[in-house]
Amino acid sequence: MLALKCPRLCAQENTVDYFLTEEQRMIKETARQLAEEKIIPKRAELDERDEFAAELLRDIAKADLFAVLVPEAYGGMGTGAFDIVLALEELARGCVGVATSFAACGLGILPILISGSEELKHKYLPSVAEGKHWAAFGLTESNAGSDAAGIRTTAVDGGDCWILNGTKQWITNGGEAKIYSVIALTNPEKGIRGASMFVVEDGDPGFSYGKKENKMGIRASSTRELIMKDCRIPKDRLIGRKGTGFITVMKTLDVSRPGIASLGVGLAQAALDEAARYAKQRVQFGKPIISFQAVQHMLADMAIQTDAARGLVYGAARHIDAHPADASKVSSMCKVFATDTAMKVTTDAVQVMGGYGYMKEYPVEKMMRDAKILQIYEGTNQIQRNVIGQELNREYA
Amino acid sequence: MNIIVCIKQVPDAKDVRLDPKTNTLAREGVAAIMNPFDRHALEEAVRLKEQLGGTVTALSMGPPQAKEVLLEAISCGADEGVLVSDRAFAGADTWATSYTLAKAVQVLGAFDLILCGKQAIDGDTAQVGPGLAAQLKLPYVTCVQKTREASAAMLRVERMMDDGYDVVQLPLPALLTVVKDINEPRVPSLKGKMKAKKAEIRVLSAADIKAEPQCIGLAGSPTKVARVFSPEPRSNRRMFSGTAAEQVSQLVEEIRGYL
Repeated sequence: MLALKCPRLCAQENTVDYFLTEEQRMIKETARQLAEEKIIPKRAELDERDEFAAELLRDIAKADLFAVLVPEAYGGMGTGAFDIVLALEELARGCVGVATSFAACGLGILPILISGSEELKHKYLPSVAEGKHWAAFGLTESNAGSDAAGIRTTAVDGGDCWILNGTKQWITNGGEAKIYSVIALTNPEKGIRGASMFVVEDGDPGFSYGKKENKMGIRASSTRELIMKDCRIPKDRLIGRKGTGFITVMKTLDVSRPGIASLGVGLAQAALDEAARYAKQRVQFGKPIISFQAVQHMLADMAIQTDAARGLVYGAARHIDAHPADASKVSSMCKVFATDTAMKVTTDAVQVMGGYGYMKEYPVEKMMRDAKILQIYEGTNQIQRNVIGQELNREYA
Repeated sequence: MNIIVCIKQVPDAKDVRLDPKTNTLAREGVAAIMNPFDRHALEEAVRLKEQLGGTVTALSMGPPQAKEVLLEAISCGADEGVLVSDRAFAGADTWATSYTLAKAVQVLGAFDLILCGKQAIDGDTAQVGPGLAAQLKLPYVTCVQKTREASAAMLRVERMMDDGYDVVQLPLPALLTVVKDINEPRVPSLKGKMKAKKAEIRVLSAADIKAEPQCIGLAGSPTKVARVFSPEPRSNRRMFSGTAAEQVSQLVEEIRGYL
């Protein structure tokens, strides 16, 4: 078998055996090699320059990883959430900004995969599987964050077309993607229950982009407004039936959350790797600081939490691939745990490395900045806890 | 364009040891990788194929385990892998290796271009590429840093020089050796890995390539390694410290002492 060479990230990997298939190992190794050879050498510069990682996404495409996002029937080689989780984890070990751009492509096509017609699937998915076109997901608006009912974007039946009006905010891959799945109200009286999803394409009349946001972290990803002013799109761009938009969004997020969780796992692992390596080299009081119990206990906790998060995320992704009736609780649990873990482990990595950790010469300060968004986007961790709590309330009725 | 890429499996540079008895590289128990320069040659071949069509054949000479680098080549875009392997090749120097590879190339049939890495990181001779071209009587350019133009009949390339570069045009078939500046190699793709999993590597023996016994292996190798040694560390070394300006003035003072 082809040997994996990545001395920097994983000299020895001594962790739980998840009995991955040969194909799953290939996905993981491919993503890891991309992180090692392509992403890590460029991540600091992309972060510093706030530059979208277009070239790296093309590298990811050449390695066929985009194919993992799409099932075989539509030109991909994906078998579900678990494969995607494996790829995202390793990409995030390199850079969460780059991994987020890749993840957003997967998120953008999920509504089509979940609710779209065969025609829509055949039209849009093969080009994403090739990595030729990127995708994005448009839900958030200035007054609709955690409360999706605040959506104001409308879609009116214009006879031979749909006419969309409204502005989507903080859209990952905005301005870079070709394919946007966007939610809009088709029956405003019914509120969010009167929403539908549509595919909007880059270049559609009346469709433009607002300013690019200047972010704390994940700066290699693009975050922009989508502006629809009498944006006319063909009738067949409706995803699923009219009025099912909100259900599609909820189902989409149930499937996508383990992906965000796996970004947390990869990021926590990367921070642990940096901190442990540093602690072996850094000498104080005549000894490497890893020999001090205070440091050892921090590293031990970081390792325990990272492995626990990985176990929960892998379990949740496999659960979703078994197509349960409702995956919300499990999906939310893994998102909360893995992303809270990423925040804690990256913060501790900076602490272990002390002043050096705080400096931009070392990668952990960026990791700590990148970690924060994971607790916020694709549903804040507070909203996830609401979902879990409500589900428990129902279960123990 | 049908391209042959010569690829060598080498010990990982981080882990190189000498056999104290034979003065040659100890290869047992050392992780083996694709020679880094050859990764760039392979990448250039795959890019030319993507641009002009044709095939890429990865060719290696080595022990049976060298199949691994040929499978890796397939996962990076090569169409097939051919290994020239025979106990009779053991101990070959660059001369015998060039001869052996030339005989193998003749068995492979028609081709337009042979690409090699500038040198292998184990021997560092940079002789096998030009040697192979000489054996096959092909025009060649070494240390190519860029392919400017490629067509079915000719290539125009940049040859890296100490003080810039030469632009060289040459007719095909031809041979190039490449430096790392020429491209950034892709990582093996998923589909490539799936293909490599199923691929069969064709193995050619000394008899298959009709090699003359006196021209191969140790018998065909005029080079004999007499001694390998680490140079004595120079004892009279001094490091200057301070700002750049301070260091320069200290250096000037030091040199004055010798004038």
